[in-house]
Amino acid sequence: MQYRPFFRAPSLALMMVATAWLASASHAGTVTVVTSFPKELTQAYKSAFEKANPTIKVEILNKNTVQGIAYVRELPVGQRPDVFWASAPDAFEVLAGQNLLDNVADLANRAVPAKVGNYPINNPKGLYLGQALAGYGLMWNTRYMAANKLPVPAQWADLTKREYFGHVAMSSPSRSGTTHLTVETVLQGEGWDKGWSQMLQIAGNCAAITERSFGVPDGVNNGQFGIGLVIDFFGLAGKYSGFPVEFAYPNVTAVVPANIGLVVGGKNAAEAKKFIAYTVSAEGQELLLDPKISRLPILPPEAMKGKVPAGYPNAFEIAKRAKVSFDSDLSESRYNVVSAMFDQTITFRLKELQAATQAIHAAEAALAKKPNAGAAGLVKQARDLAFSPVVGAGMAGNKDFLAVFTANKKDAAVNKQVTGLEDSWNRHAQANYQRARQLAEQALAAAR
Amino acid sequence: MRPGVWLAGAAVLAFLLLFLVLPVGRVFITAFLDADGGFTLGHIGTFFDQGLMRESFFNSLYVAVMSALWAALIAVPLAYFTVRFDFRGALLIQTLGVLPLIMPPFVGAVALQLIFGRSGSINLLLGEHLGFTLPIMEGLNGVVFVAAIHYFPFILMNLTVALRNIDGAMEEAALNLGCKGWRLFWRVIFPLAAPGFVAGASLVFVKVFDDLGTPLVMGQTNLLAPQAYLRITQVGLEDPLGYVISVIMIVFSIAAMALSARALKGRDYATLQKGGASIQRRRLTPAAAVAAYAWIGLVLLLVLSPHVGVLLLSFAQVWSYSPLPDALTLAHYATVFQDSTGMIQNTLLYCGLAAGLDVVLGVTIAYLMLRTTLPARQWLDWIATASLAVPGIVLAIGYLRLYKGMVIPGTELLFTGTWVMIMLAYAVRRLPYALRSCVAALQQVHVSLEEAAESVGATQLRTIRRVVVPLMAGGILAGFVTSFITAAVELSATILLTSAESQAPMSYGIYLYMQSVAGRGPGAALGVLAIVVVAVGTYISHRVVERTGQRFAAQAPVGVTVGGKA
Repeated sequence: MQYRPFFRAPSLALMMVATAWLASASHAGTVTVVTSFPKELTQAYKSAFEKANPTIKVEILNKNTVQGIAYVRELPVGQRPDVFWASAPDAFEVLAGQNLLDNVADLANRAVPAKVGNYPINNPKGLYLGQALAGYGLMWNTRYMAANKLPVPAQWADLTKREYFGHVAMSSPSRSGTTHLTVETVLQGEGWDKGWSQMLQIAGNCAAITERSFGVPDGVNNGQFGIGLVIDFFGLAGKYSGFPVEFAYPNVTAVVPANIGLVVGGKNAAEAKKFIAYTVSAEGQELLLDPKISRLPILPPEAMKGKVPAGYPNAFEIAKRAKVSFDSDLSESRYNVVSAMFDQTITFRLKELQAATQAIHAAEAALAKKPNAGAAGLVKQARDLAFSPVVGAGMAGNKDFLAVFTANKKDAAVNKQVTGLEDSWNRHAQANYQRARQLAEQALAAAR
Repeated sequence: MRPGVWLAGAAVLAFLLLFLVLPVGRVFITAFLDADGGFTLGHIGTFFDQGLMRESFFNSLYVAVMSALWAALIAVPLAYFTVRFDFRGALLIQTLGVLPLIMPPFVGAVALQLIFGRSGSINLLLGEHLGFTLPIMEGLNGVVFVAAIHYFPFILMNLTVALRNIDGAMEEAALNLGCKGWRLFWRVIFPLAAPGFVAGASLVFVKVFDDLGTPLVMGQTNLLAPQAYLRITQVGLEDPLGYVISVIMIVFSIAAMALSARALKGRDYATLQKGGASIQRRRLTPAAAVAAYAWIGLVLLLVLSPHVGVLLLSFAQVWSYSPLPDALTLAHYATVFQDSTGMIQNTLLYCGLAAGLDVVLGVTIAYLMLRTTLPARQWLDWIATASLAVPGIVLAIGYLRLYKGMVIPGTELLFTGTWVMIMLAYAVRRLPYALRSCVAALQQVHVSLEEAAESVGATQLRTIRRVVVPLMAGGILAGFVTSFITAAVELSATILLTSAESQAPMSYGIYLYMQSVAGRGPGAALGVLAIVVVAVGTYISHRVVERTGQRFAAQAPVGVTVGGKA
């Protein structure tokens, strides 16, 4: 038989299998690390660890947090990666909830304080360890601010002001664990109703709700956005890499750890433990100070043997100063509700929210020049409509209500109930924003 | 029928079942499962209850239709002028016209923001000198803008082939009867080239309808693909609605393609003599030539602007809120050559194998479809084409679930842990492109040539090997190239299936770099390398096709084709 096209396929397959086998025959002591961290950071740890332990190889697998979880979950025991390393504590809660994490309490560095502010650095159940600290804040592009003559903001509340309309950017809590923490921090710091009102006003001033959390610092770095709500190392790394950006912590912030954990059913648990211990050791912590990485160590500065550069933020000081003591149980209990509310009333309705916010700003600007009691009343109504959460504080504390959002969505009845609620929020928000815009436009007409 | 035909059909069907139908089915079942594992249509019902979903559906439809229209406006003049007129640099223009397709994800969007975005070069210059800015990248129309620039090559490539295959006598007859200019184009040439145009436009429509990256990067969430993605990838939450949306998207895309195929059915587009070489290309009047060159120059400038942006970014030290970078450097290329040369080799290996597999499958399916009476042979074509509408992430999750725990015999290696998975995903996702090229190529080989070979005693296999395949060479190569270049920039399945950095292809490397502040430069540099590697490959194969085309001028098609049924 000389019919080549048909016969090429099997021989190709054979060849492929053979090369695949050769290509991926892994080293006996290979630690596989699944992480969402950028290459600079992982490369630094890989090189330093391999130098300190010449018999062990580190294989880094970069996936975003969501895909990382899916990847670990879809693999069978014995074939999984060894280490999971990411920012968002909730990702570790998901893994722990599915019994995918081993206890690593004995690997903790004894010199690490128990808490930063009010937040335990290592998981109290010992299922994962804090590896670096992160606070949340504002970063801004100095060129952009100068060109648009914008004042530098200091607090979240500043971002609700008229002059920042269209200059802000943030991500969504359903997309980014760090953004979820930021939103939850504001909600805990200001209270549910006031916090949401502030969030809605900030979002109304946003030019975009980015899909990736990195989209925010990236946009600020290249000048697409003026100000971004970001995790600190995004801002600091941009600044220390030479971009014209600055970063500041507002008073309502929380300092929480990025974590590292040992996956159940990995191939090389013994070597993996060494790697985890290394990342939390004094030596491993020093690597965080590299300008390209710019993360805050879990060790207090005095334990860093004077390696911390002058002016480098001190996580423990920031935590002391911060007004919020982050309650992770509260956050977890309403996790899905906060994400869903944000998406349905902000992310998916951004266009309408922006229009309402812009109209309200315009009316207020006109009123400031020429006061008019009737118009002021209209603007107040518009504000109430546009900037009140669809779910009030009372409802948000209701256990039965929260239970709906933690039930299994594969159940068609549950899914119908949840999506029904989401749909009503979405329509409610859309109608409110449109009404608010009309009222504000009426007020503007009256004030002229 | 000979047993070989059955065997070939069975082999192709097995491949499609194992690597497309079953994995995707494994995921889609989730859309119809209740919590207790029973069947339910409840999830589908919830989809139609939601106002947001209806809005997303119509937004997707709007964006897809508008993008196809704008893509046609870009592509039709490029194709018409370079094929039917004596035009200097026609080959170069056609090669450059393919470049937008090989824009690596992220890089293209980042580059476009730097040039057309709200603080991009154009708007900064406009704002500084003229005091206004253009919201080019805002809203749904921004998505249309980017999608049209990105996907118009599908129309360009198909139309080019279709135009080349029009019988020159038709044009001459029209000219003799006094038909000129627009009238000649609209009444004679364009209708004859309609199959190529429709094939290309329907591809654009489907690709845009399913496109995820563009709307996401531009912050547009109220479209179907982003809605599905956002729900499938939410932290720690399995939301069946995401899968419902995927099912609906697939069904709709297939329906759209079927409709476009139906629209052409029942009419005869075949002309007896094929090949534009048979008549002299017309000359443009000097004024028309100037206008044509100016228009094409403008279009090329526009569609190549992302590439210019990436190039600048790859040399930029800091580029922030300024029309051009502050200073230039070669450091990013140094970083890439130091860290990531393995990724370039991986890309060449995986995409080469995948494209090879695609043309083998494509030729086989085309032959079974057009030359045998195998029952249900049309189904092979439909199934293979359906993969156009399968989102990469769905295919990847399907592989991971279906082949969970399967070990390569004789080793302890997981099947899903090898790069073979990545290669297979590429082959499946890009098979429709290669298939269309092969089908178009075989359609233009007259069956009498095979009958002649068999009548002088050649076996069927020998005929295929010595007559059919050589005559199809141009189309096969075109299919190979299209599969190869589009596989080289695949990302969604790649991220999920990459199980070791040493096995990662370039697209993964670009994604990885683009996740950090310090990585933008190296990411762009790797993007430039990807473009160069693929563009050189495309140019070389164009040359080969041209030469093969000259040898088989009367029988074989010339040029690259995707979905062409010329």
